[in-house]
Amino acid sequence: MAEPVLEIKNLKKYYEIKQGILAFRAEPIYVKAVDDLTFNINKGEIYGLVGESGCGKTTTGRCIARLEDPTDGSIEFQDVDIAKIPKKELRGFRKNVQMIFQDPYESLNPRFTVFQAVADPLTVHARGQNIEERLDAVVKALNDAGLKNPYDLLERFPHELSGGQRQRVAIARALVVDPKFIVADEPVSMLDISIRAGVMNLMLDIKEKFQMAYLFVTHDVAIARYMSDNLGVMYLGNLVESAGTDQLINNATHPYTRALLSAVPIPDPDYEWVDVPIKGDIPSPINLPKGCRFHPRCVWARDICKMKVPEPIEVAEGHFVKCFFAEEFYGNEAPPPVPEIDPGQDVANDDGQ
Amino acid sequence: MRLLDVRDLTLHFKVKEGWVHAVEDVNFTLESGETLGLVGESGCGKTTLGYGISQLLPDNAHVKAGQVIFKGEDILTPSLKKNGTLKPYRQEIRELRWKEISMIFQGAMNAFNPVQKVGDQIIEAIKVHSDVTRQEAVARVEELYKLIGIPKDRIDNYPHEYSGGMRQRAMIAMALVHNPSLIIADEPTTALDVIMQRRILSEIKKIQNEFHMTMIIITHDVSVVANVADKIAVMYAGRIMEYGNIKDVFKRTANPYTKALFGGFPSLKGEKKRIASIPGNPPSLVEPPTGCRFHPRCKFAKEICKTEKPPFITLPTGQQSLCHFANEVQQGGMA
Repeated sequence: MAEPVLEIKNLKKYYEIKQGILAFRAEPIYVKAVDDLTFNINKGEIYGLVGESGCGKTTTGRCIARLEDPTDGSIEFQDVDIAKIPKKELRGFRKNVQMIFQDPYESLNPRFTVFQAVADPLTVHARGQNIEERLDAVVKALNDAGLKNPYDLLERFPHELSGGQRQRVAIARALVVDPKFIVADEPVSMLDISIRAGVMNLMLDIKEKFQMAYLFVTHDVAIARYMSDNLGVMYLGNLVESAGTDQLINNATHPYTRALLSAVPIPDPDYEWVDVPIKGDIPSPINLPKGCRFHPRCVWARDICKMKVPEPIEVAEGHFVKCFFAEEFYGNEAPPPVPEIDPGQDVANDDGQ
Repeated sequence: MRLLDVRDLTLHFKVKEGWVHAVEDVNFTLESGETLGLVGESGCGKTTLGYGISQLLPDNAHVKAGQVIFKGEDILTPSLKKNGTLKPYRQEIRELRWKEISMIFQGAMNAFNPVQKVGDQIIEAIKVHSDVTRQEAVARVEELYKLIGIPKDRIDNYPHEYSGGMRQRAMIAMALVHNPSLIIADEPTTALDVIMQRRILSEIKKIQNEFHMTMIIITHDVSVVANVADKIAVMYAGRIMEYGNIKDVFKRTANPYTKALFGGFPSLKGEKKRIASIPGNPPSLVEPPTGCRFHPRCKFAKEICKTEKPPFITLPTGQQSLCHFANEVQQGGMA
């Protein structure tokens, strides 16, 4: 039975935009990077968060690791609301959550040896009484991260490692403090194809072995499908659709999810491209569209979409869709697009402003 | 008509540690109107090969052997100095470049000059190579913007005022200004999100059909070229491992590296199965492995692979594979 490690409710992260001295009395302007996200991450499961650049998926990950302070909402972990832990008490929480970043060339300190990099979290969290204990912990973590001959690596610097080894060292550094969950932000997008599969499989093995919970942030839907048990699709700070991975891929309901999935290239020359049901370009996150945020690009948008904000509708067990017509769209072939009122507009504004 | 014929091309870079064997013994041909997908991982030499054809390589690049025959004429040999490096300012190649062979560069973000209007940069590319007035050049830019779907009032914008997708399209427009015979596109969609990637690829397809354009698309992502290219060449450690019609290479793969590469991609469609990684790391090109360059990572490797460079074996399906056991691999043997 799914046992939630993290319960995220109505998570919000707004950034205020500085408007300069002349605007001191004006209404503050916010970028709503993450707006009203609700989902759970279960023990021993990977929650995949997909979306295009700027949709807020990375900010969500950073809020959950408390690298950002959420504006509102709660993140419940072991009966504690992470979102409200005061800064001074964060260190105690941080041993429970570790992050794996996108670029192992940048996330490892070039002046730290592998031992120093992996042992550093132990020092920070006052684990390991003496050097022997720390060495054991580091070697175990390197082993768990699939690095053969860990003793040979201890004194090496990052530039002496290959890309795959570097990312494995970053994973070892995350594992060394026995975290309860890991936030992985595009952990394989910088890696070469032949290396990538190994790192992805390693993360899946760690999930099984330690019953680890992950938040897996990626722009690549095919990778998200491969990695995650549950999947959430983000668009402009909203979670537009979430469900079990297979359920979501096979029964994509939200118009944005449909567009996103249909645009993914398939490595098969016989596969025939279907039209991507979307128009225009992502609007500025400052002036968000009224009503449903997706309506200006939605080929099925109706009048209500322009006025009211849709609430998530549960179309099947655990399958939520933030669309007024979710029940009508669910399980059906895409309906014919609503005719354009001003067809010339679309082409001209293809890339929007 | 045979537009491009690359024969035994070998390009090395001179570095402190010795020679980087970036491209070795590369052979392929392109008929007019065909699109070749040149795929491989980073550092496999695919970009060097592309830049070698248009002769945009840095000074430490040496052409060790080979010919690039473009429209029946060798364009490489006359450009060579005695020591094997390329003469950067040979007039003939400058006339060829952009007029006959143009490029779509990786990361359109950086390919434009940030302090000059996008339109002016395209106009400059027009005026350098043809004797037209500014009005004529502007008219050409407007025509191209219409083709690729950017409103013409954006011609006078600076690059930072464009979105990533627009910049990539403007880059495509710039490559098209002189109706070149060959376009070399280096990772044309890599920095873009999937929806924009699809639009750019559709744009490229449209141009292929409308202008019967010949293209080389360089990419690390095989799924990008699967529906766009007619032929595919898979490179590994400077050598073409497999080359042929895209359907044959995808469906009747005859090379262990190609198999492993395709197997490393998770797909959105079909059954969800565990993808396999290739053990080890790509080799150093300063001291590439002897024999077959893939042998240290190949699960089918035999003694002969360690010592003898494999020949190009032409398979019954028509594609070529650089593997001693190409036939067995294609038939699914050698498990």
